[in-house]
Amino acid sequence: MRKDKGNQDRKQDKGNQIPNYVNTQKTILTMMEKTYKKRDYINKSVTIISIVCVIFAIIPLASILFEVVKNGISAISLEFLTERPGAIGSGKGGIGPAIQGTLIVVGLGSLMAIPVGVLTGVYLSEYASGNNKFAFGVRFFNDVLTGLPSIIVGIVGYIAIVLVIGSFSVIAGAFSLSLIMIPLVTRITEETLKVVPNSIREAAHALGIPKWRISLFIVLKTALSGVLTGIVLSIARIAGETAPLIMTILGTSLFFTSFTGPVDALPLRIWRLASQPYESAHAQGWGAALILILIVLGLNIGLRLLSRKNIASKH
Amino acid sequence: MKINNLNVGFNKKEVLKKINLDITAKKVTAFIGPSGCGKTTLIRCLNRMHEMTQGAYVKGDIFLDNTNIYDQKVNPITVKRRIGMVFQKPNPFPTMSIFDNVASGLKLNGVKDKALIQRIVKESLEGAALWEEVKNELNQPGISLSGGQQQRLCIARSLAMHPEVLLMDEPTSALDPIASAKIEDLIHELKKYLTIVIVTHNMQQAARVSDYTAFMYLGELIEFGKTKEIFENPKKELTERYLSGKFG
Ligand SMILES: Nc1ncnc2c1ncn2[C@@H]1O[C@H](COP(=O)(O)OP(=O)(O)O)[C@@H](O)[C@H]1O
Ligand SMILES: [Mg+2]
Repeated sequence: MRKDKGNQDRKQDKGNQIPNYVNTQKTILTMMEKTYKKRDYINKSVTIISIVCVIFAIIPLASILFEVVKNGISAISLEFLTERPGAIGSGKGGIGPAIQGTLIVVGLGSLMAIPVGVLTGVYLSEYASGNNKFAFGVRFFNDVLTGLPSIIVGIVGYIAIVLVIGSFSVIAGAFSLSLIMIPLVTRITEETLKVVPNSIREAAHALGIPKWRISLFIVLKTALSGVLTGIVLSIARIAGETAPLIMTILGTSLFFTSFTGPVDALPLRIWRLASQPYESAHAQGWGAALILILIVLGLNIGLRLLSRKNIASKH
Repeated sequence: MKINNLNVGFNKKEVLKKINLDITAKKVTAFIGPSGCGKTTLIRCLNRMHEMTQGAYVKGDIFLDNTNIYDQKVNPITVKRRIGMVFQKPNPFPTMSIFDNVASGLKLNGVKDKALIQRIVKESLEGAALWEEVKNELNQPGISLSGGQQQRLCIARSLAMHPEVLLMDEPTSALDPIASAKIEDLIHELKKYLTIVIVTHNMQQAARVSDYTAFMYLGELIEFGKTKEIFENPKKELTERYLSGKFG
């Protein structure tokens, strides 16, 4: 019966037939073969060009890394990592307070910036549709914030917190660093969430899950590895900031005492050591730079492993 | 095509075990079996699609006219040009018009002859039984079509390349009965020119369209033969039980 109907259909619209299939096949094959030869050639040239580009990108990076390791490795010892700086020019002591301060200020700054940045990103991607004026404002403000010179951010921290509480402080430093980090995290979160296919949101809606839970536990979770990468990159960025810290935590040779008091940080310590006229101080500066790089690298690898484990454990 | 001792797995998990199968040229071969038995995995081996999946391994040989398509020297691009594929879920290129979707394979492979492209697009859309519905809106985006139309668009897109073999993974599972019937007619028509391999969960469809049927179960090829024989006179008990709907 069905076969009859099929035949009828075929009679009505001489639809699905392809005339000269084999001839056309031959024609386009010859056309394509010609480009394949050309394409082979282009393929090879593009491969070579990209390898050259990679080499050019790696040379400066590798030589910086090499230089830092070469000059810094000899300074590193247990004393260097844990002790307070010795007398100026003595070449004694270490960068203990700076390591501790960087961990505290960057940690606190990230704690402030990550929730704000991620939630703003979620808002922009999931809640602010098309020509929402408020969202437009937020996005605009956010982009302006991204372009702000970091010394200005330091001045903001100085005026808003240092002058108010009357002391250079951990809080002021963390606040300034979070101002640098928030727009980065916001932008990356928004862009990453936008790439999540709509069918996933629809599937969740159809299950009657409330919107905010969909946004946080389904959409954000789907995009988590991208968001995490963005967070790591922005933490690395603030860990190396110097200018805002000069205006906010000041730098000291003492260990951390309170959140409302001054503290040291690696970039500041590097800067101080580098501006001293002693060989021994320069060696310590290289050592401190190496430690800063290692911290950022460790953070990168650590979070990457963590997110991979997270994904793997779901199966 | 000839499949020799094919073993396939994902991250150490073995999914296909020792598959040996001859696919006759210019005939329709259907893969049937309960879901999860490895039909999709097998059909994707036939045009080296698994190379894009992380953690997938493929051991064994697959021949197309005496060329081992897994040979190091064989260009994977050529394999895909000769062996087209239609996926289970329609996947038109979202930023391209209907016309460009069909023309994309040609254009991006260096066919520049405008008139030829126009002709092939029309013939392919006709072949996929979509021409009448879209001939006045060829510039609309491909994703503006309904699900069933999108699937026929994807079939047209594959046909435009004029492949020697067409792989179809449950191509009608997203289509209404009329559109499915048109696709089935098209399969009858197309096998004059090319070899067709179709995965289907619909046993009646396998019986209607295919000349040969392979029944798979838990990653193994249980029985393979002329469709008529498999359906009327299965040799294995498992096949018989599956075809009579006792499990699946
Ligand atoms: N990309 C993949 N990674 C891991 N396992 C997979 C992947 N694709 C398929 N499988 C596994 O292979 C088996 C066969 O799947 P599939 O070939 O899709 O079955 P069918 O198409 O017959 O329903 C399933 O057990 C599935 O879990
Ligand atoms: Mg399948």
